[in-house]
Amino acid sequence: MKHETPMLDQLETGPWPSFVSDIKQEAANRAKNEKNVDYQIPVDVCDDLLGVLELSFKHGRTHWKHGGIVGVFGYGGGVIGRYCDQPEEFSGVAHFHTMRVAQPAGKFYSTDYLKKICDLWDFRGSGITNMHGSTGDIIFLGTTTKQLEEIFYELTHNLNQDLGGSGSNLRTPADCIGKARCEYACFDTQHMCHTLTHEYQDELHRPAFPYKFKFKFDGCPNCCVASIARADMSFIGTWKDDIRIDQEAVQAYVGGELKPNGNAHAGRDWGAFDINKEVIDLCPTKCMWMDGKELKIDNKECTRCMHCINVMPRALRIGKETGCSILVGAKAPILDGAQMGTMLVPFIKAEEPYDEIKEVIESIWDYWMEEGKNRERLGELMKRQGFQKLLEMTGLKPDPRMVQEPRHNPYIFWKEEEVEGGFERDINEFRKYHQR
Amino acid sequence: MEYEEAKQKVIDELTKKQKSKSKFYFNDLSKILEMKPREAKKIVNKLVTDGVLEYWSSGSTSMYGLKGTGKQAGAEHEG
Repeated sequence: MKHETPMLDQLETGPWPSFVSDIKQEAANRAKNEKNVDYQIPVDVCDDLLGVLELSFKHGRTHWKHGGIVGVFGYGGGVIGRYCDQPEEFSGVAHFHTMRVAQPAGKFYSTDYLKKICDLWDFRGSGITNMHGSTGDIIFLGTTTKQLEEIFYELTHNLNQDLGGSGSNLRTPADCIGKARCEYACFDTQHMCHTLTHEYQDELHRPAFPYKFKFKFDGCPNCCVASIARADMSFIGTWKDDIRIDQEAVQAYVGGELKPNGNAHAGRDWGAFDINKEVIDLCPTKCMWMDGKELKIDNKECTRCMHCINVMPRALRIGKETGCSILVGAKAPILDGAQMGTMLVPFIKAEEPYDEIKEVIESIWDYWMEEGKNRERLGELMKRQGFQKLLEMTGLKPDPRMVQEPRHNPYIFWKEEEVEGGFERDINEFRKYHQR
Repeated sequence: MEYEEAKQKVIDELTKKQKSKSKFYFNDLSKILEMKPREAKKIVNKLVTDGVLEYWSSGSTSMYGLKGTGKQAGAEHEG
């Protein structure tokens, strides 16, 4: 290796796969260059990346500088400028920009496509990728300013691909695998994600928000993309009617013919399936019981925890009248201040052309763009100004389903004009009936 | 406001502040233009396309500056 990296080498001794080993492997590949690639950025970029990281460990401080003005023409996001403050010693990473590339909905790839993007990145970048970043994008790590337009041209013209979002933009929308593979999906997450990505191209590429804004689409309340925990606006599949019960299949689970949880716990003998212990008693709202051999559900009490459906998917199925709930204000910053989403729209149809959904989205943006402070997420604005203000701005009516617990967070207050006679009163009249 | 008028206003205001800073939030621009954000965005986009303004991004936040101002272009030998 070009640089001694004793501290990084220690990271490789742990039980987990190590990024250090991966980068060393790529450094060796580039040095050998068996495919005879005409590298457009320094061959030793991976060696220098390890070198500068070792130096950072030694000094206990970073050697990366600020962001930058780099980008591709007309786009205000998708490229993140990264510069090293030790360019003489580590010239390979003097410029080490990140590119975010929009992942396909549901992250469906063909091997042919993966090979093509890897070849492109070997040719014009460091060869190091992150599949995928937290927001969901394909991340290309490390290239020089000159290569950016070339890569963008290749992506958009030959790979039918676009850059993702970064900075104060709509970030690349992400979704779960949805109806493509999953019977729990209450709406077509991939279609909605793809459609809204196209609809909001301007918001994705030209930054005019106070800060980042994330959309995520989960087909059911299992929330496989964790939208409820990290998307400013999360769309979570749900149903209005009753959970469909196949009583014969319930008995097949009880009798042991069907294995619970799709046999996911087969690695160990957990004993016979006990429907009371493993399903009914675990229902958070206690809305299930056995009536003889029949399983009953009081559907109006169901909070869509999904546990019973996950345990007995052959016996219990999501309802037929499906759509999604919209929650707002979640965020998951690295340091502090994580916040879960708050219910804004309990149920909305999730069907083309998504006009009702777009109305909600745009009213939220109008509000946040006007009232949000610089670097203030939607969740923080909601906390600062109150949920009532959000409802006013979106034109939605308060609903008991927006309240977590009764008498706990009464954020809807009377206004003077809504009260007969206002807040003024005749104190003498009052004193006639109430002594001081 | 006509585009040319808006352009001049942005250039004047940002030039005035050059001594203290070279990068501005989008909110600063919509305040200068005295427009709602959505309206201001149309003008700002055009100013970027026309090469009057340029984007700056830290990765998490985006800012705007008059093209070529600030330290970076020279410092990184990209100018």
